[in-house]
Amino acid sequence: MNNPIFNFFKKIEPDKKKSPFLHTGYDAFFTLFFTPNSTTAPGNVHMRDGMDLKRTMIFVVLALQLCYVFGTYNIGHQHFVSIGQHTEFMSGIHLKLAFGLIQILPIFIVAHLVGLGIEFWFAAKKGHGVEEGFLVSGALIPLIMPPDIPMWILALAVAFAVIIGKEAFGGTGMNILNIALLARVFVFFAYPTTISGDNVWVAGIQGFSEGAAVDYSWWHTGFFNSIFEAFGWTTFDSSATVVSGFTGATPLALAAKGGWDAVTEVYSSAQMFWGTIPGSIGETSKPLIILGALMLIFTGIASWRIMLSSLLGLIFTGILLNWWGATPFMDVPWEYHLYMGSFFFAVAFMATDPVTASSTNTGKWIYGFFIGAVGLIVRVLNPAYPEGWMLAILFMNVFAPLIDHYVVESNIKRRLKKTTVAA
Amino acid sequence: MKLKNGITKLIFLLAAVLSANVLAAQTSTGGSSFLLGGIIITAILLVLGVIVMVGDNLIGIEAKQSGVKTDKVNLSVFPNLSEILAPKLPGYVQDAPVKVLKRGFTINLLGEAEKNVISPNVSRYALVPPNFRGIAPIPKLVAEIGSNVKAGDKIFFDKANPDVFYVAPVSGELVSLNRGAKRSIAELVILADKEIQYKTFNAPDLNVATRDDLVAFMKESGAFQLIRQRPYDVIADTTVVPRDIFISTFDTAPLAPDQDFVVKGREAAFQKGLDVLNRLTSGKVHLGLNAGGKTAPSSAFTEATGVEKTWFHGEHPAGNVGVQIHHVAPIGASDIVWTLGVQDVITLGTLFAEGKWDVSRIIALTGNEVEGPTYISTYAGANIGDLTAGRVADQGVRIISGDVLSGSAKGKENYLDFHDDQITVITEGDYYEPFGWLLPQKSRPSLSKTYPNFLFSDTKYKADTNTHGERRAFVVTGQYEAVLPMDVYPQALMKSIIVNDFEKMEGLGIYELIEEDIAICEFVCTSKQPLQKILREGLDTMHEQG
Repeated sequence: MNNPIFNFFKKIEPDKKKSPFLHTGYDAFFTLFFTPNSTTAPGNVHMRDGMDLKRTMIFVVLALQLCYVFGTYNIGHQHFVSIGQHTEFMSGIHLKLAFGLIQILPIFIVAHLVGLGIEFWFAAKKGHGVEEGFLVSGALIPLIMPPDIPMWILALAVAFAVIIGKEAFGGTGMNILNIALLARVFVFFAYPTTISGDNVWVAGIQGFSEGAAVDYSWWHTGFFNSIFEAFGWTTFDSSATVVSGFTGATPLALAAKGGWDAVTEVYSSAQMFWGTIPGSIGETSKPLIILGALMLIFTGIASWRIMLSSLLGLIFTGILLNWWGATPFMDVPWEYHLYMGSFFFAVAFMATDPVTASSTNTGKWIYGFFIGAVGLIVRVLNPAYPEGWMLAILFMNVFAPLIDHYVVESNIKRRLKKTTVAA
Repeated sequence: MKLKNGITKLIFLLAAVLSANVLAAQTSTGGSSFLLGGIIITAILLVLGVIVMVGDNLIGIEAKQSGVKTDKVNLSVFPNLSEILAPKLPGYVQDAPVKVLKRGFTINLLGEAEKNVISPNVSRYALVPPNFRGIAPIPKLVAEIGSNVKAGDKIFFDKANPDVFYVAPVSGELVSLNRGAKRSIAELVILADKEIQYKTFNAPDLNVATRDDLVAFMKESGAFQLIRQRPYDVIADTTVVPRDIFISTFDTAPLAPDQDFVVKGREAAFQKGLDVLNRLTSGKVHLGLNAGGKTAPSSAFTEATGVEKTWFHGEHPAGNVGVQIHHVAPIGASDIVWTLGVQDVITLGTLFAEGKWDVSRIIALTGNEVEGPTYISTYAGANIGDLTAGRVADQGVRIISGDVLSGSAKGKENYLDFHDDQITVITEGDYYEPFGWLLPQKSRPSLSKTYPNFLFSDTKYKADTNTHGERRAFVVTGQYEAVLPMDVYPQALMKSIIVNDFEKMEGLGIYELIEEDIAICEFVCTSKQPLQKILREGLDTMHEQG
């Protein structure tokens, strides 16, 4: 093969015996650039499908890209809403994107450095190639974190999720719990005081009361302002303060206190649908998540059974809770639950993780239905914690092997019946 | 079926509740007469629907109590979903029941054999003991190296069964004995005569002979090497009476030979073979017929007598005999069935009709690396170099005896496997591909919809041996089930084999499967797992455990 990149790679290939860690890293990047030249072994199939795990994972990451773009924008948008500037969706886009980038890039880089670093180290130790699992986990983790998360907490969470959640069980394909959700659940239960209530969903302000100052760094006032000034655009204003009436509360927090009326006082349903509300970075914009989910369903990478049955589970439980109607939150009509919170994101990208979900098709229906049902129960009935999908999915992750066990057992019984009748 | 009905009803119910809920919400705000009318009409329709459904179910219950087999006949006034979605079946099937297999995947490849038969000059043939799974690696020779043999002369026997002989495919000089690993006998090579001399057998008359007579004759004449036994896919055990005998009359594997074409002119021998087989089993001889072809199958198959015929319609592996057995009468722990290929039956028929051991074979020489793919008339065990002479390059190709999914790799110095009727030659894929997982340079066969393949369903692809990725742990689920038209959970089965859980293996249906049945699963596997190898390990362990 005569390709300059290929030749370059072959030239810098480190020695496998002398520096296994370097070689593992090299191999990971090399196979990212070039599909290896391995051929089918005699005694197996002689021809393989063009699909491999890298392609599977990359397509999930591609499906997340719209969420990344919107998430970046929305971090900035929420910040500027809090200080009463550029509150229109279309105004100050460059500022919002710049603000979002400053916020999201460190999260992305830290998550990948820590996660991939651990993966590379384990792969080198075990002496096999770096597996692709963290491609998706690494893309998901920044999207489900609050925009204002401290980096050291993020690093700890990722390390916990990858080491305890995955490598302890044997690596990609062996884990029981979803890695990305494990990172998030770690943050929420290990650091409840740092990451609590309403105050983490909007970045770049020093407090949430009226008159609190903005929190800009050199990147805002030095780097980006000088660029924007050169173009003659509006710049970051470090004298801005938080406007009156701003709370930073998410729709769910409001609904927990006062039902749907309390939500609509602050946010319109259009806002909640399009996603210009505070929340985790990537989960707010429903149409873009649905687009990504449709792509996954269409390419057959994620299971439509899980997505559909989760929706059915949510609707079923929603209607039940509506009939009960003991609290204002229970009275929120079931269809409005789709507007609030991260149901779509969780179901499209987290529940469908093939490793931690049920592996049988019948099992997938049951698994998905219970995610929808349990998630909504946690959301509505749990006083302490306003969102349910993370816990519901982790809960059902644990139950997935049990569901599969019974589905497989029923297959065994069915076979026994068939063969004894026939004989 | 029951479950599907249940789910449909659940969805109906849910839809009804939903619409009621939405309508109720609207009336509280609006409350126009139009809406109210709408609600009343919906309610009436719902009530009527419920009455019909209840009545419908009552009919079903009544039918069950009075002993009608409800799983075969749809008694409901509603058509089953499967009835609506059923493919249009070709006219030649007439009204015969057809087993429609919805799952499966046919791989379209370049290099299909053209329908003319050539007869290249083949000088060497071999009897290859490893082709007969279940015999010891070092069988006992009967014929001496250097001696002349006729077609049908005894060559060797397995020490465990000293009265079951394996015989020469052609006449000529037994020139050499090639050894494999651990001094096992790998190949017994015959330098063939120009004109084949046949040993004359006195076949017993089917009308008068007992089953024991037939078996004794078949042991002596080598006919048992034609028959394979399930479970485990081993050479038939002459001491058992099989529950049934199964023959698939079509092959859906990539580039597989057209059995209608292969049987042409040998219909009588085929029928004779079926008659013999009928005497050997306590059950039936089952033929699997193809209801998926554009034209009707050969009359040799459709008009065969004394056999149970079942029509199948579906993608690969619908033509695999294992899949057909699963749908006709699955193999349980205590069952033993025999299977044969179409040309094996013809050889058996010829042996009884004409008293000669004639293993002439029409094989398909296929694949994108073959110049002018064609059918070849030859004998079992022909030298591959002679068969492919002048049509296949020496370098950069992989020659496979069998199809690309479950065949075995051969060199030009090797020989066609005894039970194979196909040679496939494809490109060795030892190339690097920049960003192959994202933007492949060449089109390739794939089940995945991340490639635009599904838009061009008629495209034929060039096959190569590149793995298109590295081996990984099992990650993606539901993939194997989607291409295997059997009630089997392959991934669960594979895991039970890996951990050596005998009970699970048995329960999950390891007896029903051999390598070729799950080859399509191995093809689509995203994790590039060697499923056939794992399954064989499981089968061997189960076989050893007895």
